Amino acid sequence: MLRFIVRRILITIPTILVVISITWVLIKLAPGNFYSGEKQLPPAIEKSIREKYGLDKPWYEQYGKTMWGIVRLDFGTSLRYQGQSVNTIIRRSLPVSAAIGILAYILALIVGVIAGSIAALKQNSRYDYISMALAMLGISIPNFVLGPILVLIFSLTLYWLPPSRWEGFPSRNLVLPVLTLSAIYMAYIARLTRAGMLEVLRSDYIRTARAKGLSERDVVIRHALRGGLMPVVSYTGPALAFLLTGTVVVERIFALPGLGNYFIQASLNRDEPLIIGIVAFIAITLLLMNLLVDIAYAYLDPRVRYQ
Amino acid sequence: MAVAEADVHPDEAGTFVHGTSLWRDAWRRLLKNKLAVLGLVVVVVVTLGSIIGPTVIKGVFGFTPDYIPTHNINATRSLPPFTGPGGEFTWTHPMGTDNAGRDQFARVLQGGQISLFVGILSTLVSLLIGVTYGAVSGYLGGRVDNVMMRIVDVLYSLPYVIVVIVLLSMFRSQTPRGQLILLFIALGSVSWLTMARIVRGQVLSLKNQEFVLAARATGVSTTRIIFRHLIPNTLGPVIVYATLTIPQIMLTEAFLSFLGFGVQAPLASWGSLASDGIQNIAIFPWQLIFPGMTMALTLFSLNFLGDGLRDALDPQMRTV
Repeated sequence: MLRFIVRRILITIPTILVVISITWVLIKLAPGNFYSGEKQLPPAIEKSIREKYGLDKPWYEQYGKTMWGIVRLDFGTSLRYQGQSVNTIIRRSLPVSAAIGILAYILALIVGVIAGSIAALKQNSRYDYISMALAMLGISIPNFVLGPILVLIFSLTLYWLPPSRWEGFPSRNLVLPVLTLSAIYMAYIARLTRAGMLEVLRSDYIRTARAKGLSERDVVIRHALRGGLMPVVSYTGPALAFLLTGTVVVERIFALPGLGNYFIQASLNRDEPLIIGIVAFIAITLLLMNLLVDIAYAYLDPRVRYQ
Repeated sequence: MAVAEADVHPDEAGTFVHGTSLWRDAWRRLLKNKLAVLGLVVVVVVTLGSIIGPTVIKGVFGFTPDYIPTHNINATRSLPPFTGPGGEFTWTHPMGTDNAGRDQFARVLQGGQISLFVGILSTLVSLLIGVTYGAVSGYLGGRVDNVMMRIVDVLYSLPYVIVVIVLLSMFRSQTPRGQLILLFIALGSVSWLTMARIVRGQVLSLKNQEFVLAARATGVSTTRIIFRHLIPNTLGPVIVYATLTIPQIMLTEAFLSFLGFGVQAPLASWGSLASDGIQNIAIFPWQLIFPGMTMALTLFSLNFLGDGLRDALDPQMRTV
């Protein structure tokens, strides 16, 4: 087990560095810079700004400085939001993204697992077909279409829920963003649970459990779910990445000041330190989560460790 | 496929016949799956509609997708579905018009051209990379395979959409066509990973079979074995997965266009049309609903078709 964890960590660290380096190279290779879009600055002023942010140094010094900053988790100062450090912006916007992301994932997990398990237990019933058709719809409908349609129904027609804005953590404003974000994971998790459960329900150990006289309830909850949910556990890694890209859209639609919204703004503004800071933060979080998922998976399923 | 098997088993006519009947069998199974057939029909209708629709509309009503009417400048320009400029019922604009007075139906059909084009072309790019990568990795095996698959594992865990956004925003092309090319290279080059894994798995199970041994014994080169003998035999799963990759890529394209990094005006895709529509959701909801729903319907159908193809081509996966 220890060897497995060490090997995973040894892969994770270079991966994080690769992501950040790719982003850095893309930004530096691209024509133009932060100032080229703005109104023309007098050369003297542009020169002094470039000096201030170290943009006049050779590339290896800039790269080294960025990387050294990231190692110390200090991402520098934003060009656009003057005087604000990237760390401040991340600290301010992360709770927003985390709130809707975590709520959406929990909701998706609960609904998806229940719907998927029932569909598998009642395979080929009307319930099975309807829930799987709904799941397919959830996968097919883009969240930027679903979100506005929900707003149209629940805010602009029925006046039940506010359409946008961030008003702190437990608030009615979160309902629509969370629903919009979780729809696709609900659908994926329901499909994965159904497929996993169908496979497990046919296996020998379930037959044994039934043969020794366990109630159907015990068979499903104690034995089948444990094996049947393995695909869902291994989907957690990709789901986190998806969740992240999902929040970008949801934050745009509902005007929430989250990480994703700042990232899009930074990309449009060419705010280099902010772009690299957010990418680095996302890469580190995502890959650490993946690491945890892998370790959890290896713990739950002993076969993985010895591959 | 037939060629490769005929090469290898020239004396076993039975195998050859079996090879064709496998496809016919799969086709029969597909036709039995009502949802998959429905999906196939919708996909064909939407594709044909996108290709010839704008021309037909020009013939019938006499306007192109980008025709902006010059009359009633002062009136509200965005007309609801089936409504004429005077508020009367008309067949001219079944999906209404957009802010500039352009016919939405024609715009949606034209947007479909770009969406489908990006989806299919990016899938081809990902096929090219993924199939080659997977087949080479699986066939060579050993240390090479180990390294190649470890790279795939690493790439798998990357937040690739984030990197794609950085790429598209940094290298924003001056021309819409340039941005389109950038878009499908970017999308294709990040979506080949699963394909590589699937093909590798197939090749691993194929490479120890007699026909490969026979090919090797007769001195066929490694490249030729991979491309002539192994890849054609992985066609089934590849087709299935390609069908499922198209909607995924179309969704990513729409997502990028929605954020303003994808397709640029005057070109339009379903994603960029929906993005324009969102601005006016409270007053002119049809500007979002029609492109959005057309897209959802198409993706829905493609997903069902892909699932149906998988069930038809891979009897082991079939849930009877």
